Amino acid sequence: MKKLAIVSGKGGTGKTSLIGSFAALAGGSAVLVDGDVDAANLSLITGAKIVESNDFYVSKVAAIDQESCNACNLCLELCRFDAIKTGYSIDLIACEGCALCCYACPQGAIKMDDKLSGQWFVSETAYGTLVHARLGIAEENSGKLVTVIRNKGEELALAGGKDYLLIDGPPGIGCPVIASLSGMDRALVVTEPTVSGVHDLKRIIEVCLHFKVPVGVCINRCDLDEDKTSDIDSYCQEENIPVIGKIPYNQSFVHAMLSKMPLVKYDHGLISSLIEEVWDNFRS
Amino acid sequence: MKLLIASGKGGTGKTTVAVNLALAMAEKKIQLLDCDVEEPNAHLFLNPEYSSEVEIGIPVPSVDYSKCNFCGRCAEVCMFNALAVLKDQVMVLRELCHGCGSCAYLCPQKAIHEIECPIGQVEAGKAYQLDFIHGRLNPGEAMSPPLINAVKKAAAVDRITIIDAPPGTSCPVVSAAAGCDYCLLVTEPTPFGLNDLDLAYQMVLKLGTPAGVLINRCDIGDCAVEDYCNNNGLPLLYKIPWDMDLARLYARGEPVVLHIPVWKDRFREIFFHIQAARKVAMRR
Ligand code: SF4
Ligand code: SF4
Repeated sequence: MKKLAIVSGKGGTGKTSLIGSFAALAGGSAVLVDGDVDAANLSLITGAKIVESNDFYVSKVAAIDQESCNACNLCLELCRFDAIKTGYSIDLIACEGCALCCYACPQGAIKMDDKLSGQWFVSETAYGTLVHARLGIAEENSGKLVTVIRNKGEELALAGGKDYLLIDGPPGIGCPVIASLSGMDRALVVTEPTVSGVHDLKRIIEVCLHFKVPVGVCINRCDLDEDKTSDIDSYCQEENIPVIGKIPYNQSFVHAMLSKMPLVKYDHGLISSLIEEVWDNFRS
Repeated sequence: MKLLIASGKGGTGKTTVAVNLALAMAEKKIQLLDCDVEEPNAHLFLNPEYSSEVEIGIPVPSVDYSKCNFCGRCAEVCMFNALAVLKDQVMVLRELCHGCGSCAYLCPQKAIHEIECPIGQVEAGKAYQLDFIHGRLNPGEAMSPPLINAVKKAAAVDRITIIDAPPGTSCPVVSAAAGCDYCLLVTEPTPFGLNDLDLAYQMVLKLGTPAGVLINRCDIGDCAVEDYCNNNGLPLLYKIPWDMDLARLYARGEPVVLHIPVWKDRFREIFFHIQAARKVAMRR
């Protein structure tokens, strides 16, 4: 089984549309994982039906028992996250769950409760199984939830004898991205020829190389700015990174999304054949 | 006014809106904060002249081995598994440390003191007439909220402040949103845009921050986002059509309001809409 990750650094480069198409091209031989637990979108274009949901508990939150509290103020002084509100109640959003107040309280008035940090799902789609998640609002995106769904995806792919594990990586360069990338056989960075695209491309490639994941680049909307596209070309050449696809701006990206379909199922023209080339190169 | 510009996902035009809004209203002595510290992009459009750079760190434990008796209490109380007590060593896994201070406070031997460990920089300067502040998280660093808070602390309090938020709805956005009195949610009229708007709206509801919506590239998709706004009583403040000039200037890192006068008028209009909507919200 090949483990493939698609990442972008910057959001909005068309990454999810590409993965949806790759899934369709793989024709059921892939398990999909949506690593963007903060804004999961892959289920929207793959016709996903949830078959299994699980609660995800990782963090704790303090609770003060008003009966035993004698208003000594110690917790207020110690808390570094300003989570103790006047009247000795807990600001549930600010509380990091460090438990210092709970350990320190002379009255033993504070206990730590489990907090539902999110949910994760296994869904059946028209193009194979999808594992995805929803991180709770204001939760810490530590990469732990990404690791849970990634492991589940790998398990399902192995059990089902699949050829590919396809991960849709989250934006940024932090822990959730690292949780998606580490140990992958190959990564595809989807970028666009804009100053932000180029800036973020370099940062995400640094991360890929740091984790020794071989990487290829696909330039989406390559005709938006030819100078920037050739900047990306020469940067990749210098770094010895193959540019394995260039896709011009095309409205079928949006139209396919509006029809809630992967692009290659919606449009059978030039764009689809370009995407097919990228896929063939990426998976080989 | 403290205005947060946010969106559930990246790539919707959040940074474009933040930068152009600030530039269009420059005579109001606006300060612009880029709180997307994982992928700061606003500076690419402004080329600011920086007048200060401050290293930001979080306090992490350091063990005094002349006092430590390896009792293991510190590792036991750390809720984030950032400490491991071995036979003759206390290991600090600093990328997991939240800087809560529990270990130092609770060590029976008083063997732990805290040292500042750098996570990134806050840079402040001028661009055109704007005061500009942003943060850069060091690659591989996990904790962005302390850096985001430092960016916000570096800002003057008595000024109109526009904040470019990080994408998503987890911890970092919540840090960026704290203290803001209005939130502009930037989205696009597609299924992805709708899904992400829904998540972002759930977040502002939870935070209690009044919000309005700006639909970018309003003519590329369908009307589901508008219907969503209507059904939820969420004010739709402005719609920006797809525009090739805008896209090309964006690609090259040029703020449109500095090049095409009619866009300056449009962004001023957007600003006045936001001000009016904020007044209405505050009266409630
Ligand atoms: S709690 Fe203090 S004495 Fe005990 S292992 Fe930790 S540092 Fe050492
Ligand atoms: S400061 Fe808090 S998070 Fe950091 S090691 Fe100590 S107990 Fe753990």
